[in-house]
Amino acid sequence: MSEQKLMHSSDAMRGDGHVPLMRIEELSVDFSTARGPIHALRHISLDVAAGRILGLVGESGCGKSSLAYSLIGLLAGNARITHGVIRLGDDDLAHLSAGRWRALRGKRIAMIFQDPMTSLNPVRTIGQQMMDIQYRERITRAEKRKLAVDFLAQVRIPDPEARLDSYPHELSGGMRQRVCIAMALLTRPDLLIADEPTTALDATLEVQIIHLLRDLQQQFGCSVIFVSHHLGTVAELCDDVAVMYAGEVVEQGSVDEIFRQPAHPYTQALLECDPGSIREATRILPTIPGSLPDLRQVPSGCIFQDRCPHVFERCRREHPGFYSGERTQLTRCYRVAGEGEMTS
Amino acid sequence: MSLLEVNHLEVRYRRLGRVKAALRREEATFPAVVDVSFTLEAGRTLGIVGESGSGKSTVAKSLIGLQPARGSIRYGGREIGSASHSEWQRLRREISMMWQDPVGSLSPRLSIASLVTEPLKIQGGKRSPDDADRLLSMVGLSTDLGSRYPHQLSGGQARRVGVARALALDPKLLIADEPTAGLDMSVQGEILNLLNEIQSRTGVAILVITHNLNLVRHVTDEVAVMYLGRFVEQGPTDAIFRHPRHPYTEALLSANPSPNPDERHGRIELSGEMPSPFWRPAGCEFHGRCPHARPDCADIVPDWAGEGERGYACRYPL
Repeated sequence: MSEQKLMHSSDAMRGDGHVPLMRIEELSVDFSTARGPIHALRHISLDVAAGRILGLVGESGCGKSSLAYSLIGLLAGNARITHGVIRLGDDDLAHLSAGRWRALRGKRIAMIFQDPMTSLNPVRTIGQQMMDIQYRERITRAEKRKLAVDFLAQVRIPDPEARLDSYPHELSGGMRQRVCIAMALLTRPDLLIADEPTTALDATLEVQIIHLLRDLQQQFGCSVIFVSHHLGTVAELCDDVAVMYAGEVVEQGSVDEIFRQPAHPYTQALLECDPGSIREATRILPTIPGSLPDLRQVPSGCIFQDRCPHVFERCRREHPGFYSGERTQLTRCYRVAGEGEMTS
Repeated sequence: MSLLEVNHLEVRYRRLGRVKAALRREEATFPAVVDVSFTLEAGRTLGIVGESGSGKSTVAKSLIGLQPARGSIRYGGREIGSASHSEWQRLRREISMMWQDPVGSLSPRLSIASLVTEPLKIQGGKRSPDDADRLLSMVGLSTDLGSRYPHQLSGGQARRVGVARALALDPKLLIADEPTAGLDMSVQGEILNLLNEIQSRTGVAILVITHNLNLVRHVTDEVAVMYLGRFVEQGPTDAIFRHPRHPYTEALLSANPSPNPDERHGRIELSGEMPSPFWRPAGCEFHGRCPHARPDCADIVPDWAGEGERGYACRYPL
């Protein structure tokens, strides 16, 4: 099959014509535990395209949050980057000094967390916190205050001037998350990382936040990494998507391609399980039988082999690289390379 | 005769102390649940859907006697709203509850085997040494788990232990508060399949409390949508999903979009947030956020409309 080719991971997403803002190459992260190291992320290669929204999806324990935290230098104390580089401009974020991180974090890279209550300081007013984070700017307090009001208005908080004197507990969950978004964008970052920003919110508020993020991203032109377990939300918001399973990216590409024609058996199973995609009411819901592999002893071969309905001999022997069929999406599966056929 | 018949249920929570309320000339309490009525037959499943603060968990609490309420709750034809403590002890053999937080509702000091057999111990009755194994295999858990402790379980396993505890006494009515909260998509299906399977075998009636309408579609026969403590729409699940009449139901239905790009239809964005139950809006309580509101919605309280099993509180239904 001439059109099918084995993609070397560093070539990932080069074919689609988008300029990468950040390039993750062969990133591996271990967590040390009393019972030995957990290989939580293994050989992640991914480009974050400039001015686009990338969704990181997968179920709990797939490493999507660990990946997001490694991109802003906030990994837990027992985590260690064992391999790989994260390129952003001339920096390698995988090997960065604490001083250089201070210059980048909150400036070029900003983050929104899952729980807006615990990410705001409960004993300082919204206004104080929004002025605090402008500590780098050489402008007057009045100018900082004005900028804070502007950004609260941008995230559609009614009566922003008055809100500056509120404490976080005086705001509702949706309003707090809006404040967090305003604070993250205040420094005009190149990359905004949003870790499940709507999980703690109700459905009707989630819609508001998703629409707001989309509008602001278009207005500011920054790149966004949106971490979520919710496929429908990713389909609605993101341009690109990387599907993660047990510490690996198993499929990546544009949302249109992957959600229309998922090629990896895990992506296919995940989409089938989503109640939003089942149109007819049914009493027997699809599930993915089996459980996650032990990441202390990562099996050789494909990471999904034990739960895959299409597994064959080669899957157990060799770890698949990324393959692409006729489309631009990349899939870690030998089926895309042609059934059992050796392509290397 | 219905297994459970609830009429004009009202729950009030205290907001101010009596003295403060008198001084401020304000009401000391506010209604968290207003005029809720429904029936549930044996072997059937009813879903109560709403967002946080809509009062759905308060309804559940009042049904198992943990929250005093006004109105009538009839179980098996008998009024239980005013049942005494000892009556409730007997009733809890037949009405059981699955709590929202799967790990938090299990004592961290008890082994899984003790946890699943605890209801049998409390309620007395016939017991045998293989009770724990029987209950664990009923919910599809390995009997090896019996010697473990809650913190050693995954979220899905802890849920199954919750199901085993709730069903240990063969209840006639099971109240499941957010039975799939915090579970991955692939595991949610497992828990719902398990509940469906147990219901078809034992005929237990299930009341599911959730915020996820899309999940309700696959497990319930009937659904009631709550907003600010009231039912705003109620009826057979199929009919409501095919054609929601209340604008709030329509918006909730659109909130779990399909991941298929070909089926992507815009989600309905409601403006603002749910008002405080302290200061309820005049007229239709949803009018401030309703995309279809007309001027008189702000003044006139909508009556309950509809026919048969199907009803809604909207003057200009969709």
